[in-house]
Amino acid sequence: MKEQDWRSLGLTDEEYQMITKSLGREPNQVELGMFAVMWSEHCSYKHSKAVLRTFPTEGERVLQGPGENAGIVDIGDGLAVCFKIESHNHPSAVEPYQGAATGLGGIIRDIFTMGARPIAALNSLRFGPLEDARVRHLCREVVAGIAGYGNTIGIPTVGGEIYFDPSYRGNPLVNAFCIGLLEKDKIKLGKASGVGNPVLLVGARTGRDGIHGAAFASEELGDDAEQKVPTIQVGDPFMEKLLLEACLELINNHEILGIQDLGAAGLTCALSEMASRGGTGLEIDLDKVPCREEGMTAYEILLAESQERMLMVVAPEQEAAVHEIFARWGLNSATIGRVAADCILRIWKNGAVVAEVPADSLTEEAPVYHPASVKPAYLETTSVLDLEQIPDVTDANQALLKLLAVPSISSKEWVWQQYDYLARTCTVVRPGSDAAVLRIRGTKKGLALTTDCNSRYVYLDPYTGAQIAVAEAARNLVCSGAEPLAITDCLNFGSPEKPEIFWQFRQAVEGMSAACRALKTPVTGGNVSFYNESGEEAIYPTPTVGMVGLLEDVEQHCTQSFKAPGDYVVLLGETFNELGGSEYLATCHQLVKGLPPRLDLAKECAVQKTVLTAIRQGLLHSAHDLSEGGLAVALAECCFEHEIGAKVELATHGLRLDSLLFGESQSRILVSVPAEKLQALLQLAADNQVPAFTLGKTGGERLQIQVDGQMQIALPLAEAKATWREAIPCLLK
Amino acid sequence: MKYGVVVFPGSTCDVDAYSLVKDVLKQSVEYIWHQEEKVTGFDCLILPAGASFGDYLRCGALARFSPVMKAVADFARQGGLVLGLGNGFQILTEAGLLPGALYRNTSLQFRCQDSYLKVENCDTPFTREIPPEQVLKIPIAHGQGNYYADPETLRQLKANGQIIFRYATAEGEVTPAANPNGSVDNIAGVCNESKNVLGMMPLPERASEALLGSADGKLIFTSILKYWEECRL
Repeated sequence: MKEQDWRSLGLTDEEYQMITKSLGREPNQVELGMFAVMWSEHCSYKHSKAVLRTFPTEGERVLQGPGENAGIVDIGDGLAVCFKIESHNHPSAVEPYQGAATGLGGIIRDIFTMGARPIAALNSLRFGPLEDARVRHLCREVVAGIAGYGNTIGIPTVGGEIYFDPSYRGNPLVNAFCIGLLEKDKIKLGKASGVGNPVLLVGARTGRDGIHGAAFASEELGDDAEQKVPTIQVGDPFMEKLLLEACLELINNHEILGIQDLGAAGLTCALSEMASRGGTGLEIDLDKVPCREEGMTAYEILLAESQERMLMVVAPEQEAAVHEIFARWGLNSATIGRVAADCILRIWKNGAVVAEVPADSLTEEAPVYHPASVKPAYLETTSVLDLEQIPDVTDANQALLKLLAVPSISSKEWVWQQYDYLARTCTVVRPGSDAAVLRIRGTKKGLALTTDCNSRYVYLDPYTGAQIAVAEAARNLVCSGAEPLAITDCLNFGSPEKPEIFWQFRQAVEGMSAACRALKTPVTGGNVSFYNESGEEAIYPTPTVGMVGLLEDVEQHCTQSFKAPGDYVVLLGETFNELGGSEYLATCHQLVKGLPPRLDLAKECAVQKTVLTAIRQGLLHSAHDLSEGGLAVALAECCFEHEIGAKVELATHGLRLDSLLFGESQSRILVSVPAEKLQALLQLAADNQVPAFTLGKTGGERLQIQVDGQMQIALPLAEAKATWREAIPCLLK
Repeated sequence: MKYGVVVFPGSTCDVDAYSLVKDVLKQSVEYIWHQEEKVTGFDCLILPAGASFGDYLRCGALARFSPVMKAVADFARQGGLVLGLGNGFQILTEAGLLPGALYRNTSLQFRCQDSYLKVENCDTPFTREIPPEQVLKIPIAHGQGNYYADPETLRQLKANGQIIFRYATAEGEVTPAANPNGSVDNIAGVCNESKNVLGMMPLPERASEALLGSADGKLIFTSILKYWEECRL
């Protein structure tokens, strides 16, 4: 082996030394390729592992935490939910349709691998500004890819989020979330057990696609990114639908000892992880692998990332049943080897051993780094915000209209109307409210789902920003009437080899951990995506939170929209002079500066408890979390769906007008309540020490906001709604 | 009464139709695998929504070759009720059991949204319980729902009362703005000449419970039940 051999595969000289030490000899070319993909950042988490161990991962309801294909949480009645979020950023930057499609396909496989029936998906997307033609192309194609795959496989995409910011211009983020339902005594794990048991590869044939995809995901996007197209997989949702049905039929009717999907690093990853988790070895004959093309080498078969494939271990007496079920669904199934006692992956081709590697050396023994971490210099500049230098708002009407037209705030209908969000007839709250709500068939229960992250906050203060991502996700679930249960996270950052980036990463994980502890929502798994950089620029640090909540009675769900005229509008929580990191400052003053709003976790818990109790007691007609654009934008959003206006009166009490209207102080929820229930709500808030302000009443065809007796905002709803609704379609024309 | 829900490889919304019959209509229901060559003992067959065979070609173009489709045609010829929902409607036109064809939406995009339907003929087994003048709120979810029939076919459809649903405003006005996909004459659903086979792009199984946003679609299924009860007498 020459230096060039391992360096070209992304391995360092030290890592190559570790490999020779582990094997007691030099690796051959095939083995070197296996180590290169398994020790890539994408598969090994070598830079993040030590930090991730600090996440709170335990809770009464957690049945499966991090380390498996997806996390699992108990929801009572013998049922559990299985969910995970994962990135597909780099493939989507180069081939957006297939990148996004296979991102969704991959996360769906992670869910049914665990024995769960996938019931819904979300996606969290981030693009550069839509004024850029390349960005428009990426946005259209990513949405089309998600729609194409999701609609064809019949799993509804019921929500998520989309942001637009220059930091994502060269490196968009495509994070896919999927949730499935299962009986809690039917959980399947990715373990190879029972010496002599057959190992089966089922589903699609293996082709030459996606070779080195995991390695591509573990480096910055360079000028040669276009040349990486051959590393990108192609999705076949029809094939995956058949695979899903065949696997669930098998799991529900037969004993499967272990099952694992094939994703990044293909067969190599699935084999080594199953053997390593099971403490066993595997004898595999690559001549038995159904291939799409003739003459594929051992290297290609082991590293291909062809989609829609699963690996499973069954007892010998079940082998025939597997072949029968897969044949009926028109799918391949091949017995490619046996479980062995010696903890070694021994790979055969043409009657000869082509690779012989201890399974643990590829997984458990991958390097663990503790990268240097330095507070970035930019924070010195960005943290300074002198509000005295910024004139207060003079035309609040115009400022509100401007904010409603910001793509990150405006209606995302253009996106979600392309998704079949109603498939499976369980969608109770559709996309567009604070969280999606699904009913659970056969029970009274419901699930609420959301993804959240304001990455501008994280950029300006990674610790607080990440805390807010968790708190906002929980707030969104509570506003829908659900009790938050647990999270999955997708940590999107730049290169961990840069100390400033790694500092962001560590701070963000610490912030998330603190919020998860306070809100009692443990981390059940997720994914780290580093190297999100193009050119010199890293993306804003983006730790996306996917959170799941439970409604004991789905009939008690709530949405953000005003339901009836004459209701009281009440703001729960306090407003401060906080404009740092706000959308208002970015849009109206072109400033990304200051510190994000403060978050007091005790106050956050109190306001969430108040609103959840109020919804369960049937006091509220609507509840909406205050986020980007603050109180004025939130009020407008509550008016739009049923076209019910509002007239409210505010008092500055020493606050700036712009802070009052557009500031993004945390732990605030806007509710509407029928007159006869107002006192009960105010009492409940007082009991929980939550400040409550009765602002005015719903009704009419205008949104009117008076401040200290002066009309500051008076807009016909039709005009405001048109501005909000047309913004994205206009930019995409 | 007994429903059969046909399952093709890659059928996605078979579960929606099945659950509707079982949980909401409280009638008996069975899945029918696409390779069945005979369908017996059923009172109504549903060809479900979603996709079939991945629909990589024209929607429904492959499903119509499944062995079960000959049995479905025989069942229809003998007067059995056949309901094609979304993809099921596409399959029925591909199979020649209903006139016309479904093109790509004029937007060239998939559309999932509520639609409002004006009922054009309340004198069919599928619509007899719908109060005249009631506008139905039922969602659509399709990429190829743009109904086309040539002028002569269209004239016959009108003359025979085979146009059953048209896209309208919430107030029941049939306008170009209310047309979500470019369908000729805002047509959302048609039936065959003998009125026992109905195809529609809006999906009533998704609008048969208030919890899901509308129960208007249930009127179609109660119509079917009433018709069946009367036929049985």
